Amino acid sequence: MNLLTSLGLVLSEEMLSGIGLLLLLVSAWGGDKAARTISFASILALAAAAVMAVPSLMLGRHGIEVSAFSGQFAQDGFASYAKLLIYLSAAVTLVVAPKFFEKAGTYRAEFPILVLFAALGMGIMVSATDMLTLYIGLEMNSLASYVLAAMLRTDERSAEAGLKYFVLGSLASGILLFGISLTYGFTGSTQFDAIHTALGHGMSTGALFGIVFVLAGLAFKISAVPFHMWTPDVYEGAPTPVTTFFATAPKAAALALTIRVALGAFGTQSDAWQQIVMFAAIASIVVGALGAIGQGNIKRLLAYSSINNVGFMLLGLATGTAQGGSAMLVYLAIYVITSLVSFVSVLMLTDAEGNQIEQIADLAGLSRVKPGLAAALAMAMFSLAGIPPLFGFWGKFVVFMAVVKAGYVPLAALGIAASVIGAFYYLKVVKVMFFDEPSGKIGGKCDLVYTALVAIGCVFLSPLGYLLTGPLGRLADTAIASLIH
Amino acid sequence: MITIGHYVFVSSVLFVLGVLGIFLNRKNIIIILMAIELILLSVNINLVAFSAFLHDLVGQIFAMFVLTVAAGEAAIGLAILVIYFRGRGTIAVDDVNRMKG
Repeated sequence: MNLLTSLGLVLSEEMLSGIGLLLLLVSAWGGDKAARTISFASILALAAAAVMAVPSLMLGRHGIEVSAFSGQFAQDGFASYAKLLIYLSAAVTLVVAPKFFEKAGTYRAEFPILVLFAALGMGIMVSATDMLTLYIGLEMNSLASYVLAAMLRTDERSAEAGLKYFVLGSLASGILLFGISLTYGFTGSTQFDAIHTALGHGMSTGALFGIVFVLAGLAFKISAVPFHMWTPDVYEGAPTPVTTFFATAPKAAALALTIRVALGAFGTQSDAWQQIVMFAAIASIVVGALGAIGQGNIKRLLAYSSINNVGFMLLGLATGTAQGGSAMLVYLAIYVITSLVSFVSVLMLTDAEGNQIEQIADLAGLSRVKPGLAAALAMAMFSLAGIPPLFGFWGKFVVFMAVVKAGYVPLAALGIAASVIGAFYYLKVVKVMFFDEPSGKIGGKCDLVYTALVAIGCVFLSPLGYLLTGPLGRLADTAIASLIH
Repeated sequence: MITIGHYVFVSSVLFVLGVLGIFLNRKNIIIILMAIELILLSVNINLVAFSAFLHDLVGQIFAMFVLTVAAGEAAIGLAILVIYFRGRGTIAVDDVNRMKG
């Protein structure tokens, strides 16, 4: 393995960082006037990176060398699967952002560049096969995200969201790092493969603490209970396009990273973490469902919904099997699309002057003013709740199937019971939109680009999405196969 | 004789102090930034001590990366704190409550 081969393997990351730096110079020269051009160039860069990820996704691990820089980085099918979701979310964010920020003031040229660097960091995260690469990728993503949350500098809620995200995110990084240092000390290596082998020969108490701290740090990043408290505040306070980004890309990246760490590095000691993950999964489902009930702000409601959905994905991980991991990946893809549809729909909720509407009570009678938008939001809500004709049901179905196959029937029963509580608040939003008297607040025209995005997403969520179950399942299986050896 | 156990003990104490500093401190956000630095430094003690103990350089290289990232993190934290102060005129922890629920 020489340097050139390694550099060739990380070509898409090199391309993204090169273009990111170039665009930074453009923004320094061109100022905010160049923002839309930079945005467009960033979307093209993300699309190119996505195309570059496709070959390794199709081939999986077989026949090609995927490991770069002496086992620091792996460009395998698993990483490519997660990267496609990350780049998609980042690109959608960049498509919807300019209009929102121009209404709120100016669309700053730094915004697309920060999104690009965050996406690059997430790409490094999901490809990491060493604790050092993991940490660098995670921080690259986090540091850009803190700034993104505080992007609307004059809005008090945005600054507060940035501050809260920064403090709790740094604490999470600290906990993760402490876990990494303990794992390093008690297994003698930072490489996932070496940790995997070392833990196979038995585990000391120190290494157990290391595993618990690493998983706790990652639980912060995916906002699993008991480390979820930042999520509602950050989702509410951050500008809506940024929330769209937070609810999708970092979730995909951190969950993929958790799968790789849990099944890869700590795979030989699955007994040690399975119970923790089970607890986090059930607690996330219950807290996500109960917390959402009293919420009046739709972004806050969707934050609790994301906590709830992370719980379902963790159920798949709790099985510790390849099937569970593959079910998680399928769920993740469906969840990312559903979240994109719901947040872009929320962006389309405006009053006659084009100001954003976030209160659920103001959505009353939406079906009579904007029937298409109401139908799209209703579809997203039903899909998040997992109601059968919609595609969201398939994600829950494969996860529960994996859980039952692995022999955890009580866990599956608990999860299903808790998802019924969750259905309540999704239905409440639908009830307000369709059956309440119009509040008269909603108005304005729907943007064409937003409408197109939501329409494409809705086709995917509709029963037509089931045509994809075969290919999606196969891709997820290939991705997981490249991970477990 | 100072053994690896002593180093891990010291770094664990610093780590716990850092975490408590974030949660128990009700006065000033700057103190939270200091607590975060304390956590990262406790990790560095751990990494360097383990590195010497294992006769393996990776830990020390890791510590260098942590130091660099910690500097970037502090810069971004202070920048966010400045825009927060501009809007609200206070950096008391108890006043960070525009959003609840």
